[in-house]
Amino acid sequence: METPAKIELQHVHFAYEDHEVLHDINLRIPPNQIFVLFGPAGSGKSTLLRLLNRLTDFSPEETHLQGKVLLDGQDIFAPDVDVTRLRQRAGMVFAKPVPLPLSIRDNITYGLTLGGRRDRSTLDETVERSLHAAALWDEVKDRLDDPGMALSGGQQQRLCLARTLALQPEVVLLDEPTSGLDPISTLQVEEALFQLRESVTFIVVPHSVQQAARVADRAAFLLMGELVEEGPADVLFTRPKDKRTEDYVTGRFG
Amino acid sequence: MTTASASKEPSRAVVNWREFAVEQIVRLLGLSAIALVALIFAFLLKEGAATLQEVPLSNLAGTRWYPTFGYFGLVPLVMGSLLVTVGAVLISVPLGVGVAIYLGEIAPEPLRDVLKPTIEVIAGIPSVVLGFIGVLAFSPLIRQYLGAPTGLTAITGSVLLAYMALPTIISIAEDAMDAVPKSYRDAAYALGATEWQTIWRVVLPSARSGILIAIMLGVGRAIGETMTVMMVTGNAARIPTSLDAFLRPARTMTATIAAEMGEVAQGSTHYHVLFMVGITLFVLTFLINAFAAVALFRSERRGGGRLLS
Repeated sequence: METPAKIELQHVHFAYEDHEVLHDINLRIPPNQIFVLFGPAGSGKSTLLRLLNRLTDFSPEETHLQGKVLLDGQDIFAPDVDVTRLRQRAGMVFAKPVPLPLSIRDNITYGLTLGGRRDRSTLDETVERSLHAAALWDEVKDRLDDPGMALSGGQQQRLCLARTLALQPEVVLLDEPTSGLDPISTLQVEEALFQLRESVTFIVVPHSVQQAARVADRAAFLLMGELVEEGPADVLFTRPKDKRTEDYVTGRFG
Repeated sequence: MTTASASKEPSRAVVNWREFAVEQIVRLLGLSAIALVALIFAFLLKEGAATLQEVPLSNLAGTRWYPTFGYFGLVPLVMGSLLVTVGAVLISVPLGVGVAIYLGEIAPEPLRDVLKPTIEVIAGIPSVVLGFIGVLAFSPLIRQYLGAPTGLTAITGSVLLAYMALPTIISIAEDAMDAVPKSYRDAAYALGATEWQTIWRVVLPSARSGILIAIMLGVGRAIGETMTVMMVTGNAARIPTSLDAFLRPARTMTATIAAEMGEVAQGSTHYHVLFMVGITLFVLTFLINAFAAVALFRSERRGGGRLLS
């Protein structure tokens, strides 16, 4: 057996009311690399991502889950799971940057203070470390008390990444993190991911196949809620086994 | 711009006098709204200004309101209004925002569908009816359980005013929270916030400009309200000196004007002073609204209150 999977999905079926979004997904995501989930719109990528830190709990519709989602071999939907702790271990960055209506500094420390951390020097240290990690420190170090909203779109998204990293997550889920960004900001976000992939498992839903190919270590192709193919990026994007993957990657549909 | 002027060309050629007439009428109506406000203020000034010649300032700034004996101290009236209003705010704001949170964030759908219309019905109760309920049902309770010498006290007025302001505060505050994008909540949840932490630290701050407006509208209603206050506050013009004052009668500016205007000889000093009270009320309301506007403007400039980036 290879290295133990960080995240594993076993026969996962997921439905909103009676509309099944994910059909029988089996997936092993190894630790400390960039794992890309790609496919056309409506394939269930975002749902799969939201399942991994149980944001699906807040769906206004009724949801049905079958199968198992394991983080380090532990079922995250088991009744004794501490959901807050789970969301700290598996953080999330969204498509639209959502700085909270707070200062840059408070945005970063928000997650920590929720957990009751008040110690100023630890918090300051975290702010600096997280902003460095998200490649934003140099741009904002002199104005940490400005509102997060005052930053540009690209900076906001890196702020959101820094905010997630502040909790020292093991897994970071990114849902089209660069869809609203210009190419330079996109590059900066991608660089930040590359810098960190030694120590964090990134699961990325990219906003284009090109980005998928650019950042992925491994990738999985989802189509209409079905996992078509999964494998190392160099194989998946150059010599896919499945005809559908090849057609999508080469742009014949999608 | 070009398309607009191009489409206007033919209509002007036909000399559409109807168009012109309608435009002028609408303009007149619009201007008349402004003129009315200006006239009201001018009228207040005209009737009230004589006060300054007839009554020395030291008397107006005095602590006694006995018009029959020539004491026209406005201080107890202003304090009375403030006392009752502050009490109403202290009661209605936490209650109103709390109910809004419950309605918007916590209550299950079917319950909300019953609660919302019910609350809106409260807004339709005429204030004299509320005053009636206050006198008969509520003030005995105050006397019995809070140890006040009489049931007609400032706090009685505050509670009833709070009740009147509640529907406004609740429905506007709830709308404001409803307008906070789902993405904010998701972001907070994804950082491990619980439902309550999300409401308290993300939803409420994001909605604060709307909530502030809700509170201001509620306060505006409370400070200008007359009938209920006149019926239940006991109308004794005294200066509050301690917290105890909530359990004593108070006399507000509005109640004073309403109660005395009918009795007073037109053109007398007392008559002029009552207009002075009106001017004071006008200025006070204006100041409160101005403060709210400034606070709102500040919080928006800091980027804190903005809903969408």
